[in-house]
Amino acid sequence: MSTTTTIPMKAAIMIDAFLLRALLAGSIIALAAAPLGCLVVWRRMAYFGDATGHAGLLGVALGLALGLPIIVGVAMLAGAMALVVSYATRREDYAIDTILGVFAHSALAIGLVVAALLPDVRLNLIETLTGNILFVTWQGIMVILAGAGVILLVIGWRWRALLNGTLSPELLVAEGGSRMLDRLVFTMALALFVALAMQLVGVLLITAMLILPAAAARPLARSPEQMVAISAVIGLVSVFAGLSFSWITDAPAGPSIVVFSSGAFVISNLFGRLLR
Amino acid sequence: MQLPLILAKGVEVRAGARRLLHDVDLKVDAGEIVTVVGPNGAGKSTLLRVIIGAVPLSAGQITRREGLRIGYTPQKIQMEKTMPITVSRFLSLAGHLPKGARTNALEKTDVASLREAQMADLSGGELQRVLLARALLRKPDLLILDEPTQGLDQPAEARFYQLLADVRAESGTAVLMVSHDLHVVMAKADRVICLNGHVCCSGAPAQVSADPGYRELFGARAGLAFYEHHHDHSHESCDHD
Repeated sequence: MSTTTTIPMKAAIMIDAFLLRALLAGSIIALAAAPLGCLVVWRRMAYFGDATGHAGLLGVALGLALGLPIIVGVAMLAGAMALVVSYATRREDYAIDTILGVFAHSALAIGLVVAALLPDVRLNLIETLTGNILFVTWQGIMVILAGAGVILLVIGWRWRALLNGTLSPELLVAEGGSRMLDRLVFTMALALFVALAMQLVGVLLITAMLILPAAAARPLARSPEQMVAISAVIGLVSVFAGLSFSWITDAPAGPSIVVFSSGAFVISNLFGRLLR
Repeated sequence: MQLPLILAKGVEVRAGARRLLHDVDLKVDAGEIVTVVGPNGAGKSTLLRVIIGAVPLSAGQITRREGLRIGYTPQKIQMEKTMPITVSRFLSLAGHLPKGARTNALEKTDVASLREAQMADLSGGELQRVLLARALLRKPDLLILDEPTQGLDQPAEARFYQLLADVRAESGTAVLMVSHDLHVVMAKADRVICLNGHVCCSGAPAQVSADPGYRELFGARAGLAFYEHHHDHSHESCDHD
């Protein structure tokens, strides 16, 4: 008799821990995404998130092949991507979206080929594409917390320079800043974000985590900082609403979060139009 | 003897196989107003951008006086509609400023009423003035201005040149600018550099407008400019006396 009562209780506690960890991980990611997402939108670099995500797939494959934690493989690949892009765009021979497209799809294709050729590698493609935020471990959360902390500190420290670099790279340089440093800080922070968020929301939806809350915040904001704050709130609300929805209906978690961000985008645009 | 603010020697800039600039020597002394003129594609903007350090040199060297503070206005700035930012906040991005400095700079450039306006909503002329306000805010030793009067109407343009003269009188700020208004250039500059990939000729306005190289570049307009120059110049000296 005692067994029949304890098993459901244990299950309930375990289930709650799943949800709690997912909420924590999602919230941390939403906070780190807020300033980065705004910068991505302002700089028209939405494609960078996609491109780094695609490169991340090769990172996953290499990580599995070399027996490294997946996040290390992804971080290495995303970092390499950031460096290459920072350097390649300096030359201005190609538009940035062309460079990103070349590297992203090369990395994606190589990743898929490597994953298929290595005999011991079992790449769960669906999981790589859509993530598994509900399976995040406490250890995973600590890694995400540390990574997000680094992102927020670096962005906070360089905030004025990043805004100047966004407004006019020439103005930044004339006033004594470095364009290369500006690009490196931004792309490396973005690469780190991709590595952190990859396993939670998957390759397909990383850019959505960045762009949707920022875009939704735009009609309601009058300053860059306001836009970051509002997009953080929208990101957090989306994570809570999306995970609860996923919990109740069994819908996939990552996409559910993004669906709520999309809703926020529509509402804020309607609301912003009324304000005007 | 005071060191020049900027000393450029044998500057060359390449874009792929094309030479945008070659063998350019340039000097800007403290308190001087130097204007760069030249046809489209002559490398005027490139020259300014190479001086501020936004474009790499492929040969030659540029020496800046140590601790030189530059105020720069780009030829155009693409205001991204997705970035909400007021004029006031934009100015504050120039660095740590004393209280009242922003209002003061906006008053100087006649756009104090736009303090709380969104940057993306400004007209071309308003944006130019806000950019100039930001350049002035930095208390620069040298203003580098890329076609600063584009988008300004004629009274505003006249006020702009007056402002440059005032700023120079007040704080000894030197000016290096690109301009297309030949007649104004000839009246207001201490020195003119006529650029067409290389320096065709340079010197005092009267000297340059008499130069065959200059006349060849600007054709019929050169004569007009020369004529206007006399007119403007006498007018100017009346003002000063």
